[in-house]
Amino acid sequence: MSGLLQQLFNGLVSGSFYALLALGLSVIFGMLGVVNFAHGAFYMLGAFGAFVLLDSAGLNWWLALLVVPILLGVIGMVLERAFVHRLMHLFPLYNFLLTFGIALILQDLIRLKYGVTSQPYPRPTILDGMVDLGVFTYPKYQVFVLVLSIVLSVLVWLVLTRTRVGMIVRASTERAELTQSLGIDVRRWVTPVFGFGIALAGLAGVLAAPMRAVNSEMGADLIIVIFAVVVIGGLGSVVGSVAAGYIVGMLTEFGNFYIPALSQILVFVLMALVLLLRPAGLFGREEGSPA
Amino acid sequence: MATKLKKAGALTATLAMGAVIAGCAGGGPESEGGKITDDAIKLGVITDLSSVYSELAGPNAVEAVKMAVEDFKAEHGDDAVTQNIEVTEADHQNKPEIANTTAREMYDRDGVDAIFDVPTSSAALAVANIAKQNQKMYFNIGAATTELTGAQCNPYTYHYAYNTHMLAHGTGKTVTEQGSKSWYIIYPDYAFGQDMNKSFTEAIKESGGNVVKADATPFPNDNFATFMTKAPTLTPKPDVLGTMQAGDDLVNVVNQYNEFGLQDKGINLAVGLMFDTDIASIGVKKLEGTLYTTPWFWNLDDRSREWADRFKQRTGTRPTFDHAANYSATMQYLEAVQRTGTDDADAIRKELDGHSFDDFFARNAQFRAADHAVTHDAYLAKLAKVKKESEVKEDFDFTKAVKKIPAEEAYMDAADSGCDMG
Repeated sequence: MSGLLQQLFNGLVSGSFYALLALGLSVIFGMLGVVNFAHGAFYMLGAFGAFVLLDSAGLNWWLALLVVPILLGVIGMVLERAFVHRLMHLFPLYNFLLTFGIALILQDLIRLKYGVTSQPYPRPTILDGMVDLGVFTYPKYQVFVLVLSIVLSVLVWLVLTRTRVGMIVRASTERAELTQSLGIDVRRWVTPVFGFGIALAGLAGVLAAPMRAVNSEMGADLIIVIFAVVVIGGLGSVVGSVAAGYIVGMLTEFGNFYIPALSQILVFVLMALVLLLRPAGLFGREEGSPA
Repeated sequence: MATKLKKAGALTATLAMGAVIAGCAGGGPESEGGKITDDAIKLGVITDLSSVYSELAGPNAVEAVKMAVEDFKAEHGDDAVTQNIEVTEADHQNKPEIANTTAREMYDRDGVDAIFDVPTSSAALAVANIAKQNQKMYFNIGAATTELTGAQCNPYTYHYAYNTHMLAHGTGKTVTEQGSKSWYIIYPDYAFGQDMNKSFTEAIKESGGNVVKADATPFPNDNFATFMTKAPTLTPKPDVLGTMQAGDDLVNVVNQYNEFGLQDKGINLAVGLMFDTDIASIGVKKLEGTLYTTPWFWNLDDRSREWADRFKQRTGTRPTFDHAANYSATMQYLEAVQRTGTDDADAIRKELDGHSFDDFFARNAQFRAADHAVTHDAYLAKLAKVKKESEVKEDFDFTKAVKKIPAEEAYMDAADSGCDMG
């Protein structure tokens, strides 16, 4: 029994990364209608940001956790103003290609500077060791990652549902033109939302640095799964993408446990099933159905 | 020659046909009287110039081959069989189909006499096949599979440096004999991992240990939590977790082994294959005290250091064992050409078969005639204990040899290899 619980917990932890990344991707898609292919690259930049700050400035992980997402968020906003914005009125494929290109450029720049092997990153000392969770003990660091990701997801959900800003964002996600015609300036929220999504990816990257291999390709493998997560949760649905993140995390973990050879395709099997039975995603709403 | 061929082909079909026929002759007619075809020795290095193995092999493997060429010329001066030695390089991106085409082009079109390196087992085997068809020399260095000197061996292919048997009989045997009898093995689910699992399981059983469980893991994979939590729940509880992962997957395994505190739960870590570049990526701190098997490391002794110093002057970095082996293999090949006075592959392999030697890389070494394994001593090594990463003053300066594994132990008996030279 405790074994099963432990696998469940493993799944939640790996789901934390999926959830944070899918959340950012989802918010960006909802607000801009842009599928951000560069999301994985910003996750990678987050991890590298932490590495560079530690390596060159001696800045510790806790500061990196604060500084790197903000920095990447600003870079994201600049990118949005400079490029993404200009292509938004065109066919979505243009922005898809743009962000894909940005991802390749970022990956190659990092590879040029740091090569192909991973960079070492130590765990913060306070989070070293294990914590007793009653049923089993678990690495402190991973528990911290899980808690932080849940707290962040809840915060984002509260902001979106309980504040005026959130209502505007949600309204423009659902019916941009209608919101516009009610006298709300939708456009001024586009850039910050894009930056926020990127910042979340960067944050996930900083969280990954001490436990995953830090190299230029780390985001490229992940992004495919994240797309599947977002589709399963329902494109543009915040709750959906977070929930799907944890579901996929647990699914992969159970797969690893019982049928390792299959574990990596399980997520795509689930995606296919969802598309077949609920094309709008588990939490998505069919176009035109009542709110 | 090659560009001429292309131009000719572009002119007319007839001309192209003529050129192709001339090309097929492969420069043979031009070498009338001389024993060196084209009056040049041409070496080709097929390696990973752009992706995961480009640091442990890659551009610096090419440099090592060039370095050997220069040393050979300097050593023999005017007595050298030829001063005209060319080195060409190609990126196979670790893909068998690219390695296949590239090897064909090198032998057929460019008149390459010997191919070196070729990391990644599947690509290595593809090139062995081409070497056999073309009857040209091939020294594999970067790949680990025993198939090269086993079922898929051939008279023109030699396997240098290391193989899965060496790794298993170094690490697997010693760790078991030291008292860690029960193993839990995790291996990536592809050719290399399966081969490693097989070799380790054999070595462990031979040494009186047992494998509690062996799990295939997805490849590539960044989350091994399932296996880390599973390890202590197995019955009997394993004494040691044997990881056969390589590269980034290995980095993830070691990180997570540490996080899940398996050492405190009485489960040691044994690593199947580790390159210096992997250790640097993980950080010595997380690996301190880990035992592993290596055919060579730069700080082994004075002879190795002397070469490593020259390598560093040239490249700015310390060599991995792949780099050292590329140099050594190139030197052995060139010396064989020097001794026989020809670059004819059949003459060279006859010269090399059974040849014993000793250099800074390969000690107690022999080109074994029966299966074409180039056998030599290997080392069981231990990583230094450090308080901080900054204690490692130099690239890859973290290895200590614990025990020499004599060539006879490091390599399986030629009779067991399953090789039939035909």
